[in-house]
Amino acid sequence: MAEISDTSVIGGRFRRKPRAAAAPAEPAKRVQFDRPLLPWVFLAPQLLVVAIFFYWPSVQAVTSSFYIEDPFGFGATFVGLENYADALTSSEYHRVARFTAIFTVAVTALSLGLGLLLAVKADAVIRGASSYKTLLIAVYAIAPPVAGLIGMMFFDMHIGPFVTAASWVGWDMQVGIDYFDTAFAMIAVAVWKQIPYNFIFFLSGLQSVPVPVREAAVIDCRSGWRRFRTVTLPLLAPTAFFLLIINITYALFDTFGIIDVMLKDKPANNPVTLVYKVYNDGFRGNDIGGSSAQSVILMAVVFALTLVQFRFLEKRIHYS
Amino acid sequence: MIRKATVSAIALIATLASATADDATQIQWWHGMGGKNQEVINEISKRFNAAQSACALTPVSKGTYEEALASGIAAFRSGEQPNILQVFDAGAATIMNAPGATIPAEDLIKNAGYDFDREAFINGVRYFYADADGKFVGMPFNSSAPIMYTNTEAFEKAGVAPPETWEEFEEIAPKLKEAGYIPMTASQLTWMFFENFFSRNNIQMATNGNGYDSVEGTEINATDPNLVMMFEKLKEWHDEGLFGFYGAGWSDNQAPFEQNKVAMWIGSSGSFGGLQQTAEMPFSATFLPYWDGIEGAGTNSFIGGAALYAMAGHDEAQDKCTADFFQFLTSPDVQVFWHEETGYVPITNAAYEQAKAEGWYEQKPVAEVGIQQLSLPGGEWSKGYRLGFYPQIRSVEEREFNRIFSGETSVQDAFETIKEEGDALLARFAKTSG
Repeated sequence: MAEISDTSVIGGRFRRKPRAAAAPAEPAKRVQFDRPLLPWVFLAPQLLVVAIFFYWPSVQAVTSSFYIEDPFGFGATFVGLENYADALTSSEYHRVARFTAIFTVAVTALSLGLGLLLAVKADAVIRGASSYKTLLIAVYAIAPPVAGLIGMMFFDMHIGPFVTAASWVGWDMQVGIDYFDTAFAMIAVAVWKQIPYNFIFFLSGLQSVPVPVREAAVIDCRSGWRRFRTVTLPLLAPTAFFLLIINITYALFDTFGIIDVMLKDKPANNPVTLVYKVYNDGFRGNDIGGSSAQSVILMAVVFALTLVQFRFLEKRIHYS
Repeated sequence: MIRKATVSAIALIATLASATADDATQIQWWHGMGGKNQEVINEISKRFNAAQSACALTPVSKGTYEEALASGIAAFRSGEQPNILQVFDAGAATIMNAPGATIPAEDLIKNAGYDFDREAFINGVRYFYADADGKFVGMPFNSSAPIMYTNTEAFEKAGVAPPETWEEFEEIAPKLKEAGYIPMTASQLTWMFFENFFSRNNIQMATNGNGYDSVEGTEINATDPNLVMMFEKLKEWHDEGLFGFYGAGWSDNQAPFEQNKVAMWIGSSGSFGGLQQTAEMPFSATFLPYWDGIEGAGTNSFIGGAALYAMAGHDEAQDKCTADFFQFLTSPDVQVFWHEETGYVPITNAAYEQAKAEGWYEQKPVAEVGIQQLSLPGGEWSKGYRLGFYPQIRSVEEREFNRIFSGETSVQDAFETIKEEGDALLARFAKTSG
């Protein structure tokens, strides 16, 4: 009780504290760079890369999204927001957006969950630990298109072993024809490819949990699950938050290579993600305006998503 | 991939080496072919470079047809376009509606001081890549027809003959099934059962004269009752086990035929070269069937494959070299070589006659089926089509066809969707040139 009232009393003072602490910190930082230009020089290469590969194309995409343009660039008609309206009202776009949401949630949840499970188990292994870990991490070295190719062989209608295995339980798996089956195969391959990444981070996160803390936890609590939930998991939260953002970005963008290979150049009725549709309409359909509008929408969604995560989720995480 | 890259790298180094030695004018040819076809393209380029010393041609594979077109467009926008770009049938409207991007092949050849005789080309290719006045804009190159390959063993076992019409197919298909075969599969239904359904059955595919007359207000005739009937039948056959469908991928539908599980496979005449190496059983080929019940059906099919376009914006010496190469490419010897190696049809009458005279078709009767089908009597609607954003419309068709066979939609609904989305894309395309 005393503690609580204490904190509330010093609350006001406490809030001012960072500001007071920041004031002396600033000159301390300045000391490191006696010339004001120097930090910019160090930042320049990175800023240049960001400007060339992000800001400049983004501005181009925003500009093109207001035009309907002939592919070769001879003429462009200003159409205002028509490209956006066309995309947002098209039932095909809705279908793709719905699948993208499901795909992103499924891939993120499964690859985070399985990565964590494997990391916890690997952390407990004593004999042959390093070979066990190496085997788990090895998959990370596979490039997404190659992962797609391997996945496609496993799910091939004529020769795929997974298709044969599915037929034992009466599942007539038709990857490439059946929407659900293709979605299943895509999610499986995308998750498989991402598990090692999460595994590495979770494992190093687990290994940085101090031994005294673990030992104290063992004394306090006999249930392994409860120990994991109340002690280990909160300590892993910063890692998990970082991985959450990375995994969402992965599911939205980096799975492109896998999807492109698995669809073999023919999307047909198969599920595709929004970024694949941007590519398909822009580079195969040569509809630059429509494709740009879609990429701007996607950019806005990702921006909003990241903002929400930082505002609401990060507040609940304690960095040590 | 690696092998492909190595081959093109070696070809590049070889041409560069020989070129710097004699100071020849460099020209580039971007195409979308791989495998056997790419090897033959490299061989043709080598022969061209060996036959003269003024020009040095470098062929570069850009992946698939779609990727070649996309690369060509991107390169043109940044002023780095190749001299020659291969563009496939479905992309014809895209490039032909951008007149400043290309020099019409006919003008290019005439400017270089050669004669150009439209009549020298076989009937089937004269219209597809030409403008409204009949002037050749694209240079026909790898031209093909959708034909039906037949598994000789399967037909012997079932004791039936390959069908000419779909009515005949309905009669014999159950017997092939009894003999233990999947009676039929087909690759790329968009080409076989959509575009060429219109050509073989002589039905209008789009308003404005199949899109040739104008881009404004062009609409696609996707809800044609006969077309819907064709797919109702295909769905029925699929459900009865008479038609196998393995998705939109080309090779997924070709593979079971190669493995001797299928009696008939509808593919490209250009598949012949590869099929000779991969098929596990003897095979033959015949025309793509049509409906006897449709008035005036049985006309020639549209030309498929791709054409070569001379890109604008190069100096005179390079354009002259491009013209020289087009002349070289259409010479009977080169055409016969290309035809015999790949299975694509010879595009000039002279080449066709030469292949005949050499006795090629007595050795390989299958090789003649494509050109015979293209030479069938033409109808009003079998000359060609010119539709903007057609690669995207094909994607819509592919999506809906898959949904038909997976039972997600009815045939009627599928074609109404194709019409609705297709018309919207055509209207969008009209705006790009407006």
